[in-house]
Amino acid sequence: MLKLKDINKIFNEGTVDEKIALDDIQLELKKGDFVTIIGSNGAGKSTLMNIISGVLTPDEGSVEIDDQVVNNLKEFQRAPLIGRVFQDPMAGTAPAMTIEENLAMAYSRDKKRGLRKGVTKERRLLFKESLESLHLGLENRLTAKVGLLSGGERQALSLLMATFTKPKVLLLDEHTAALDPSRAALITDLTREIVERSGLTTLMVTHNMQQAIDLGNRLIMMDKGRIILDVDPEQKKTLTIERLLKEFERIRGEKFASDRAVLG
Amino acid sequence: MGTALLGSLESGVIFAIMALGVYLTFRILDFPDLTVDGSFTTGGAVAAVLIVNGYSPFLGTIAAVIAGIIFGALTGILHTKGKINALLSGILSMIALYSINLRIMGKANIGLLGEDTLLTQVQTAGSGFGEWLSKYSIVLFVIVLVILIKLVVDWFLDTEVGLALRATGNNARMIRSFSTNTDNTIILGVALSNGLVALSGALMAQYQGFSDVSMGIGMIIIGLASVIIGEAIFGDRSIRRATLAVIGGAIIYRLVVALALRVGLSPSDMKLMTALIVIIALIAPMMINNWKDKKKKAARRKQSASEMNAHLEGGKNNA
Repeated sequence: MLKLKDINKIFNEGTVDEKIALDDIQLELKKGDFVTIIGSNGAGKSTLMNIISGVLTPDEGSVEIDDQVVNNLKEFQRAPLIGRVFQDPMAGTAPAMTIEENLAMAYSRDKKRGLRKGVTKERRLLFKESLESLHLGLENRLTAKVGLLSGGERQALSLLMATFTKPKVLLLDEHTAALDPSRAALITDLTREIVERSGLTTLMVTHNMQQAIDLGNRLIMMDKGRIILDVDPEQKKTLTIERLLKEFERIRGEKFASDRAVLG
Repeated sequence: MGTALLGSLESGVIFAIMALGVYLTFRILDFPDLTVDGSFTTGGAVAAVLIVNGYSPFLGTIAAVIAGIIFGALTGILHTKGKINALLSGILSMIALYSINLRIMGKANIGLLGEDTLLTQVQTAGSGFGEWLSKYSIVLFVIVLVILIKLVVDWFLDTEVGLALRATGNNARMIRSFSTNTDNTIILGVALSNGLVALSGALMAQYQGFSDVSMGIGMIIIGLASVIIGEAIFGDRSIRRATLAVIGGAIIYRLVVALALRVGLSPSDMKLMTALIVIIALIAPMMINNWKDKKKKAARRKQSASEMNAHLEGGKNNA
């Protein structure tokens, strides 16, 4: 469903600030895969998300979604295929517009926008029904401005909007990181529910190791622009934080050793 | 109704069309578009030239709207495709339009007195139905027109394209991730806005009986004043409410100007007055809020102090 081939991205190439953000990334997700990505700051996780969604273009390599090469498509042109939730709860919704207007925009994502009314009676019923699945009572506040909602409510709405048209790929970019623990748990549960119900192919970046282990069927660890660990569904079932950390140290250590061997 | 009052109402309603255009860019798109100063004149220039050359005033007015849409789109293209700062792209268009407007008119001023205009036609039609309708025909015509425009704007902003346009001004990153090309929505919004501004200019030229190359100077500030005054007085909870408020703001602004002229200010002071009105309208709400906040806090402090005293005295009595 999602295929990344030989992706390279260097920022500020040729200057003292040169930074290799992504180094020869190969990644393939099958339909329905739910992959969690962990890694320290600067590992290239967000760059990877931005390259898939088209905010950034790779220096080399290709991005394929649903057997279609999307390299030359701009962000808004790829958007019908991709749903995305950002870390900032403010980022995924329009605060000055109402809940139903926001949902109407999500509804039009994979259709051509015209001079039809954005919110019609039939659509309102559909919006209500899907809001009920969030269990937050938002279905009774259709005409409330989204700016009045709490961070957790806004993020739940963002998640619903991102998945409303069942995109080919769902990108979750640390979407629970800015929430307090109880809200984060709520959004985590909703994520699991929505992804399972629609069988969405999902890529989720997180800083929370427990969350990365609990969610999804595959786990990837990134470091310095490379994928250094890829835990398959069988192994992931028995994965714990300790084993993950040990694995990380083992890989890092090995690398260190090989560096020393070269320098030695 | 006094003639002076009627006059301010008529011109206020004509300016309201321009103010609706300014509302579209300034509030909906969050794009402070200064093209307005040029495109208002363009509207007047195109309509005047076509009318004195014997074309129907209706055709002249339509052509003015189209010209406004084209120049508005150019500003939008400068900003989105040329990556020029929003304010600067408006200023560039405004400056360029000064020369273009002179080219269109061929001279700095075109008189329309004695010509058949949209408004003289309305008046002639009205006079067929008695004295009352003759006197009020123009104001009724422009009021009906501005209400129609308001309804169309309200309708448009509720359509799928309209929602995308509003989101572009509210959260561009979000609406891009919902497959909207924000370059296009910005160009569309600025174009429509300047179409309305040019319509207002065309009507104003026909109303005052001449088109002048400097008639648009300061228009953006009048538009802003109308938007800000209107929202402050009538509120802006919903689009419907806000567009109505903008129309009300434009009329009130005109009435205030008429009042200022009556108390002895000269017409040349008007630009200064407009600037002062906008400054006050921008600063006053903030100051009022601060003052209310302070008062509330002081009251709370006083209350807690008296509670404390009561508590202490209660303690003394017990002892």
